[in-house]
Amino acid sequence: MEAQKAEKNTIRFGSARLTVSRTFCYIVLAFLTVLCLFSFYMLAINATRQHGAIMTGFSWLPGKSFLFNAKNLFEDTNIPTLRAMANSLFVAGSCAILTTYFSAMTAYGLHAYQFRFKQAAFLFIMLVMMVPYQVSTLGFIELATKMGMMDTYWPLILPKIAAPIVFFFMKQYMESVLPLEIVEAARVDGSNEFHTFNRIVLPMIKPAIAVQAIFAFVENWNNYFIPALIINTNDKKTIPILIAQLRSADYMKFDLGKVYMLVFIAIIPVMIVYIFLSKFIIKGVTMGSLKG
Amino acid sequence: MGAVMSNTPIKRIKSVSYAKWGYFFIAPFFLVYLIFHLIPLGSTIYNSFFENYRSGLSQIGPKFVGFQNYITLFQNGELPKYAWNTLVIWMMGFVPQILVAMLLAVWFTSYRLKLKGQPFFKTVIYMPNLIMASAFAMLFFLLFSAIGPVNQFLIQAKILSDPLRMEESTTLTRSLIALMNFLMWFGNTTIVLMAGIMGIDQSLFDAAQVDGAKPRHVFYRVTLPMLKPIVLYVIITCMIGGIQMFDVPQILTNFTGEPNRIAMTLVMFLNKHLQSKNLGMGGAVSVLIFLITAALSILVFQSMTKEMRAANQQRKQFAKAEKEAK
Repeated sequence: MEAQKAEKNTIRFGSARLTVSRTFCYIVLAFLTVLCLFSFYMLAINATRQHGAIMTGFSWLPGKSFLFNAKNLFEDTNIPTLRAMANSLFVAGSCAILTTYFSAMTAYGLHAYQFRFKQAAFLFIMLVMMVPYQVSTLGFIELATKMGMMDTYWPLILPKIAAPIVFFFMKQYMESVLPLEIVEAARVDGSNEFHTFNRIVLPMIKPAIAVQAIFAFVENWNNYFIPALIINTNDKKTIPILIAQLRSADYMKFDLGKVYMLVFIAIIPVMIVYIFLSKFIIKGVTMGSLKG
Repeated sequence: MGAVMSNTPIKRIKSVSYAKWGYFFIAPFFLVYLIFHLIPLGSTIYNSFFENYRSGLSQIGPKFVGFQNYITLFQNGELPKYAWNTLVIWMMGFVPQILVAMLLAVWFTSYRLKLKGQPFFKTVIYMPNLIMASAFAMLFFLLFSAIGPVNQFLIQAKILSDPLRMEESTTLTRSLIALMNFLMWFGNTTIVLMAGIMGIDQSLFDAAQVDGAKPRHVFYRVTLPMLKPIVLYVIITCMIGGIQMFDVPQILTNFTGEPNRIAMTLVMFLNKHLQSKNLGMGGAVSVLIFLITAALSILVFQSMTKEMRAANQQRKQFAKAEKEAK
């Protein structure tokens, strides 16, 4: 009886301690949540207020000028926002398609076939995986100039065919879901190898393609370093270039409602899409990080 | 092709070589990599040995100068200064990043705590990773500028009498960049570490619990040692990412790295040379960044192939043992 009582006490004591540590965890998590969301909350608030209101003071509550700011921004011919959005969508979309398709193709080549330089090819890709593109940008600009590709989208899109990290992800994925028996069965049925890849392999690795397409799209939608060096014409600029341009302009003279609105447009659509796909995306990050 | 195959004897079909298809599938990657990455890298290195820039309207060079560009970079102290800036800002963001990520990863995977609302928290902490870095920096600039809402709030609440100015405070500018880097990457690191912890053999945790180990001991004696390869991987890849730091300081400080260029990073410095078409100096900066990242990449490469080598060896030993048993 006594022993039972003592045991009960320790359990109660244990659970009390657990409640304390849980509460502590929730406080830290709540703090981090606020830290993550604060700036976006302020962005949403100020995108709905007019320049005068933003200048006069701070507010926790939204204003009513969201459409007013949007209309102002879209009508400003110095900041071709709608055009830049279309450009960004085009570039990011093309990059996402090329990156995923050709990475899957490369991964399939190294997964399904035996040939002499197979091991060497794989080692090469692994070795260059981490080399940042910035280190060859100087030569890249020189090359683009010689090829007459400056101020076009080609240098932003074409190089994305070679994406070592996406390749690695696809290769890992194929190793876990793509048995070579299926490829052989297709061969017996007389399917051409390229046809097999397009019609049988690609549908089987759809989840990997979807995840990588999302990442590639976001990465290129956000890309600033190379586009800023390649694109000059106002009508060809992408969203990040417009933001940089606005930052370097004397912003004190600018309508802050418009500035907040442009940042809002750059950030919020990605955020909304993310909220719907977050489970899927986080699973993708987890898959990508499980290596070897 | 089908017709040809049906005419050949069965024996021949089995030995049909598909090797050429392997080359066909990997050709686009290697072709593009050669044209858009390797050749430019080569010409970048080549350029770094020449004096070649514009001074006003006149073109200086190209003239071969050997290692003079590299010597100049170190002698006028610019490169060491910017490398130091990059390192300091990176550390200011990375140390809290890995500590917080480790803490959250342990909490989220703890069977004892069983925290609720995990999908929500994971969604929130990962979100800043997908945000356009340049827009995020612009937002922070707007929020923290002298007339921005943060200063407005602090002054209205009588906490401050004068606004905090980024242009005047080294610490504030660097801290803001580090804070943004932290926010953008701690969620990602948390998820990677969580995957690592969930990959640890559960029986180790069970055994520790049976032995009556406290959570703290479980962490230091089981989780951390088992997680070492992944932590190492995270550290090195984050270092490589840190060397590339560009968008955030570039936009926040309006391309200048001010005040006193304490926020000028290596890639911002490179970008400056690319914009002003100083091919010699730009090339030298590129090569130095390349060397640093190459050294770090080899570490990542080794840690990743080590596991594969170990797996291969195990397979070989197993096959050998099987043979001997026969």
